[in-house]
Amino acid sequence: MGGLGAALLEALDRLLRLDAQVVEIVALSLRVSLTAVLLGTLLGLPLGACLAVGRFPGKQAAAVMMTAMMGLPSVVVGVVVYLALSRSGPLGALGLLYSPGAMVVAQVVLVLPLMAAISRQVVEDAWREYAEELQAMRFSWWASVLTLLHDCRHSLLVAVLAGLGRAMSEVGAVMIVGGNIDHATRVMTTAIALETSKGDLPLALALGAVLLTVILVINGLAYALRVWARGRFG
Amino acid sequence: MSGLFPLACKAVGFRPNGQEVLRGVDLVLGGEGITVVLGPNGAGKSVLLRMLCGLLEPTSGSVQWGSAAGPGREVAMVFQHPMMLRDTVLANVALALKAHAVSGRERRTRGRAMLARIGLEDRAEQSARLLSGGERQRLALGRAWLTRPRLLLLDEPTASLDPSGVEAVERIIREIRTDGTKVVMTTHNLGQATRLADDVVFLAEGLVREHAPVQRFFARPVSPEARLFIKGELPWHVGF
Ligand SMILES: Nc1ncnc2c1ncn2[C@@H]1O[C@H](COP(=O)(O)OP(=O)(O)OP(=O)(O)O)[C@@H](O)[C@H]1O
Ligand SMILES: [Mg+2]
Repeated sequence: MGGLGAALLEALDRLLRLDAQVVEIVALSLRVSLTAVLLGTLLGLPLGACLAVGRFPGKQAAAVMMTAMMGLPSVVVGVVVYLALSRSGPLGALGLLYSPGAMVVAQVVLVLPLMAAISRQVVEDAWREYAEELQAMRFSWWASVLTLLHDCRHSLLVAVLAGLGRAMSEVGAVMIVGGNIDHATRVMTTAIALETSKGDLPLALALGAVLLTVILVINGLAYALRVWARGRFG
Repeated sequence: MSGLFPLACKAVGFRPNGQEVLRGVDLVLGGEGITVVLGPNGAGKSVLLRMLCGLLEPTSGSVQWGSAAGPGREVAMVFQHPMMLRDTVLANVALALKAHAVSGRERRTRGRAMLARIGLEDRAEQSARLLSGGERQRLALGRAWLTRPRLLLLDEPTASLDPSGVEAVERIIREIRTDGTKVVMTTHNLGQATRLADDVVFLAEGLVREHAPVQRFFARPVSPEARLFIKGELPWHVGF
């Protein structure tokens, strides 16, 4: 018990001193996950909206696929991205393996189905409400998608934050494609896993505290946003 | 003149999964004035308006919009429960202009001018979803009017409004007519029909039972169904 108490104190000390190692790892985590979520937003939200509004063969199948992919274990995503990026893989020429770029790719694959699925659900509800009138106003298919994305902006921000939460907290995929290399591809989750197994509890605890705080802040923001939007726009 | 008229329904039938809603509607409408479609609940009035807007296809027969290939942007429709985007009143009133390739700045200018005409100018920056039913109807009318349609279809524009709300909406409808837009509307308010209509179409049992100038329709209805309907004694009024 004394060991844990001492470890907690040292963790706190490292956080307050802005320990270089902690800062480096946190910064890389944020850089990788924010990039992945940005790409996931640009691709996933319109993709979900198109699935909601569009009428094409295979629409149901695509929606089911996406929902299934939402629950993919991150290690599986890691293995698939690893194979794609490895030297003999289809994207091997990019030379991304064991770089932050590879981790971004893995996290995009991880958050895209989640964000697209939430987007599809949210936009579909709005579409059901507006479809007939937008048709009566002769909105094109694409103009409808843009109008719906804008109309659902507050709910979609929740999708973005959900994506960020998943990206920040997953460990399996970035471990496999990034390799958890010190000063290169070590992020919060992989560092926590490694340091805990090595017995460096202070570092693991310090990073764990940061990660927990980030996740709490994300969820708090999502909640506050929903409350604000409901009050403002009904 | 515009090519939308005469607007003609030729033996229009509508039988969604076997249920016979319209059995052969023949109707010719000119490009002026207000046509009020009357008929009991379930007669197919809303279905007919949706067909005139091009939102529903007849099962048999056809709708012809004059010499036009189909209902384009010159046809607008206001629904019984108009949609409101999660946005300001101004953004909502200017919405339909988005399909008309109008710049954002011009949309706002024209939107504000329209809000003044429908008496919502001081609500411009409020959320449209927080408006009352009557204010929503006015907003929806303004939204449709803003695109200067040649044909405006209104489905029960004053259902569940209080007398002053009804009056405000009727005033706007008259102005729209004066502006040169043909209006086709449904209502269950016979007083409203006498106040607004130039001609009345009476729909019952899937057919146009009567199409007459408003005075003649109310003074000397020809069909027995219309006579009973006007007296409020139509048997299927009390069905269910
Ligand atoms: N899109 C549709 N598909 C299938 N059936 C429909 C559709 N729209 C309406 N109907 C059916 O057509 C019938 C007539 O409906 P409609 O809404 O046109 O009646 P109405 O004359 O407008 O009645 P009310 O006065 O109650 O508004 C109803 O039985 C309805 O269920
Ligand atoms: Mg109706």
